[in-house]
Amino acid sequence: MARKQTVHLKINGRDREAHVEPRLLLVHFIRETLGLTGTHVGCDTSHCGACTVVLNGKSVKSCTLFAVQVDGGEILTVEGLIKDGQLHPLQEGFKEEHGLQCGFCTPGMLMSSYALLSRNPHPSEEDIRWGISGNLCRCTGYQNIVKAVQYAAGKSAQTTARPVEQGVAK
Amino acid sequence: MIPPAFEYVQAKTIPEAIAMLQQHGDDAKILSGGQSLVPMMKLRIARPAWLIDINRVSGLDYIKEEGGFLKIGGLVREAELEHSELIRSKYPLIHDTASVIADPQVRNMATVAGNLAHGDPANDHPATMIALSAQIIATGPKGERVIAIEDFFQSLFTTALGHDEILTEIRIPIPPPRSAGAYLKLERKVGDFATAAVAVQLTLDAKGACQKIGIGLTNAGPTPIKARKAEDFLRGKGLNEANIRQTAQFASEEASPGSDLRGPVEYKKGLAKELAARALSRSRERAGK
Repeated sequence: MARKQTVHLKINGRDREAHVEPRLLLVHFIRETLGLTGTHVGCDTSHCGACTVVLNGKSVKSCTLFAVQVDGGEILTVEGLIKDGQLHPLQEGFKEEHGLQCGFCTPGMLMSSYALLSRNPHPSEEDIRWGISGNLCRCTGYQNIVKAVQYAAGKSAQTTARPVEQGVAK
Repeated sequence: MIPPAFEYVQAKTIPEAIAMLQQHGDDAKILSGGQSLVPMMKLRIARPAWLIDINRVSGLDYIKEEGGFLKIGGLVREAELEHSELIRSKYPLIHDTASVIADPQVRNMATVAGNLAHGDPANDHPATMIALSAQIIATGPKGERVIAIEDFFQSLFTTALGHDEILTEIRIPIPPPRSAGAYLKLERKVGDFATAAVAVQLTLDAKGACQKIGIGLTNAGPTPIKARKAEDFLRGKGLNEANIRQTAQFASEEASPGSDLRGPVEYKKGLAKELAARALSRSRERAGK
């Protein structure tokens, strides 16, 4: 039995700490140790992207990292997207544009899209397809997933553009 | 899938990591991006007793031109190459390559050094670094040594790195004017290894003839392949269609892929030929700009 180690991290804005075996994968740490089951285990082989979370601002596959590696880090999971009871524009987009059918890939799709929009707030369709290329949807709902991300990008653009438009109107 | 138990240690400096490697010998593995190692541990193909995490070592994430070389630090992630303006504008071959490795999430973690040190001929950077005549900087207990890329890949999953050495830098000679390259890869789906892929880097002379040429082949044998016959044929010649076709033919003859789920040998050799021709044409266009 390997020595257990302490992992301290900030997840969805909350400080959490646990004592874990080094071989514990981040995805199991999130789901079982911390009880946040929104992040899914899909293929478990780094292909499908269902386990995608945002680690220190970047999307990663939590089935391909050990929890001990992220000690001191900051993680955002699908549970952290909602703010004050308001869906994140991406979640709203997935709802409005029918971006999910069975919903299994959705948490991963949301987190990959979140990372994409953080880096590139105005992505082209190709940028979006590139951005979610590490996530599989077996209902093959890609068309609507792309629309959902476009919806969110459009909504964020409106929010940031508003003050300028008001300025022009005056 | 749960890997076998192991002890995990974080190294804060390279000398510290080397000391740990010396202490634990063959039972230890370096963990950088972990995007090949962790899946192999989960499949229990790799079973290190000690994992030495070097991700906390600072100062190894640089991409810079210095002393005639492009220097890439041992902890540079694929995504950093993909988004680097210097790489995009001046090293299109590296940009092409980094952009088609695995998928965005994997590229956020995976390192270029790991892609090479893993010694997998199906990885993409080996062929690219062969085409670029790169040098590998290996740091061990006695300091640094330089390994030419042609001498680096010894056999399947085996490189010239000693068990107590770490790949700390990749050096690429800064290409002269009228140089360019391209990487063309065919994969069944995003994230799969290449069915076939070809890396080309060339320099044209003032008349448009090929002055320098490097051609590397991915997943076409037990080690990444330097297509020497193809390079020798093209050096000094014009890049017309006939010469491009003949060079691609030689490159395809040098490929020795195996049959697998990605296709039979003939198909893969045919692909290598076509991708080589296209990579040569694209490099010529880019160098002419």
